[in-house]
Amino acid sequence: MSVKIGEAPYKERITKGIENDFMREAVSSAQGRFRAGRLTRAEELGNWEDWRQLGEEIRTHTLENIDFYLQQLSDAVSEKGGNVYFAETAEDANHYIQNVVKKKNAKKVVKAKSMVTEEIGLNDAIKDLGVEVVESDLGEWILQLDEEAPSHIVTPALHKNKKQIRETFTKKRGYDQSDDPEELAAFARKELRKDFLAADVGITGCNFAIAESGAITLVTNEGNAEMVTTLPDTVVTVMGMERIVPTWEEMEVLVSLLTRSAVGQKLTSYITAYGGARLEDEIDGPDDYHLVIVDNGRSKILGTEFQAALHCIRCASCINVCPVYRHVGGHAYNSIYPGPIGAVITPLLDGYDDHQELPYASTLCGACTEACPVKIPLHEMLIRHRQILVERENKAPMSEKILMNGFAKWSSSPAAYKISTKLARPALTPWIKDKDRIENGPGPLKGWTDVRDFPAPSKKSFRAWFKERESDSHEHSK
Amino acid sequence: MSIQNRESFLNNLAGRLHRPRRTQGVSRPDWSVYPQYDVLKGITQDELVEVLEKQCEAIHTDFIHTDRKGLPKLLEETIRNYNGKSMIVSNDSRNEEYGLSGLYKDLDRDLNVHIWDPRLGKGNQVIAEQADVGITFSDITLAESATVTLFNNKNNGRSISLLPKTYIAIIPKSTLVPRMTQAANQIHEATMKGEEVASYVSFISGPSNSADIEMNLIVGVHGPIKATYILVD
Repeated sequence: MSVKIGEAPYKERITKGIENDFMREAVSSAQGRFRAGRLTRAEELGNWEDWRQLGEEIRTHTLENIDFYLQQLSDAVSEKGGNVYFAETAEDANHYIQNVVKKKNAKKVVKAKSMVTEEIGLNDAIKDLGVEVVESDLGEWILQLDEEAPSHIVTPALHKNKKQIRETFTKKRGYDQSDDPEELAAFARKELRKDFLAADVGITGCNFAIAESGAITLVTNEGNAEMVTTLPDTVVTVMGMERIVPTWEEMEVLVSLLTRSAVGQKLTSYITAYGGARLEDEIDGPDDYHLVIVDNGRSKILGTEFQAALHCIRCASCINVCPVYRHVGGHAYNSIYPGPIGAVITPLLDGYDDHQELPYASTLCGACTEACPVKIPLHEMLIRHRQILVERENKAPMSEKILMNGFAKWSSSPAAYKISTKLARPALTPWIKDKDRIENGPGPLKGWTDVRDFPAPSKKSFRAWFKERESDSHEHSK
Repeated sequence: MSIQNRESFLNNLAGRLHRPRRTQGVSRPDWSVYPQYDVLKGITQDELVEVLEKQCEAIHTDFIHTDRKGLPKLLEETIRNYNGKSMIVSNDSRNEEYGLSGLYKDLDRDLNVHIWDPRLGKGNQVIAEQADVGITFSDITLAESATVTLFNNKNNGRSISLLPKTYIAIIPKSTLVPRMTQAANQIHEATMKGEEVASYVSFISGPSNSADIEMNLIVGVHGPIKATYILVD
């Protein structure tokens, strides 16, 4: 996999999402619960805006000095007996990790949930070596058995119901119990425990790397990331280069923002800080440790008007409030990063060509910006994307281009304007139902009337009405 | 150990930021706000206990409050309630201090008690994986989130609180602080002084859980399925 998930066109993806009743219900109920959780936690603190302010200041300072902090981090990890590899591209990162796996003669690699490894397509690179790779986060494991992409960055299998999950377990793993979530999870626990114990290499992502001490912080609930970093003798951390904080104190603030914003918890069950090789006489943890720091397009965002997009701490609260995500679901974005933040960063990481519709997958209501715990101006960035697409890249959607070109010509000619406003109603007569509604409009109206009615043009144009009103009032004043 | 490709990578970042590379002299600015220090500010140790107890309910963790005298008996009861036949315990000097060394010896007559032993190597992990109960002390306890902090080391492996079916944390009252802010602050100060901080720091808040199947809360996934905190005056 890479940033981009598949080849289906935008319209097809949206339609598929809208027609998936289970997914839409699941998403809207999840959004409600995530949102309520976040708001309860925010209210409890009483000064949430101060927290957001602090979050923004920390992220801004860190990104402004990212070269310094990455240097400090890599020195600290190296001092703790770890190897550090700076990977400019996805291929560089995969190649390095492939070599680590090969050197160990590894048969099995076990992974904890990580968006960046999805982004660089690491699983395929490991499978290419003939080595088994197991996703150990419950949601990711379900998706891996089904060979599907995640649809949400916190609960990746949100679009699947328990019946489907039971079927998957039965078909792929010989499961023979009910679709009770606890039973399903108990089965996963038993199956994956074997994998944790047998794995030669463990791979995790990174929530926050602490520059001052070279510790990698992971924020989880299931305990799988702890297994992955405790049991195998070789451990690799893959981090997007921007996932860094100066000290333990900033880590703590951002973790507080993340757990509240992501799942409405004060802290998740496990916050783990690890990194480097185990010390003498220690038994848990790796004796061979690697940190891979990935650029893969991120540095192109630095120093631009989109730099604040790199402040993202991947909490998904923008996704959880987005009315568009609510209806189309995660897969419609065709990116492993869906929702508002996905619509902002996907074109930045992967170019506009394949993702030019994404900045339009927004109502610009601004709910995302308001929810963001580090105050990324998401909807403003979406507007800026649209401007760039229209002005510089000339890549506005075709229908809008025709409409806008037409509008410019038409509205700049008073005669044409006058005639067409007069003609609008007669021209649309064949589609007008019940005198004032259009249910199945032609051409550019079709996209609108597929899902709702369009008001028919009034019998009288505004100009005609205004003229009449003027002469009426003149008469009255006489 | 090795650091590869660093120079070209970081030079590129500096270039993107339209300035020369920064290799030293960067320090954190004073932030305009510090809301983290306002949480549970000025609260007494007894009030922190109340906060901790209440939060334990939210994270599906049993809470027991006792003193040193009552600890061995209540710990044994908890172990037996968990139907624990085998257990693994950290090799902590506080075992002796809190009168638990004797208890473990007694229990070893009809149950299997293993005290973490670095000489056994990976054998410790095998025992932990089979154990019904894991027991450790908390090094710093965060009242707000009902979190025990463990500095894992050669005598206190990460496996003890992770692999067994159930987990019991013994919390000396003196380890209670308002929230993660104070723990992070302690570790930061130690790092600044060049003191060795544990290679693995675990913040644990109750049993493992997941909401990955239809957003239903499932308690007990990969880590322990049940947890009890015993607070000791």
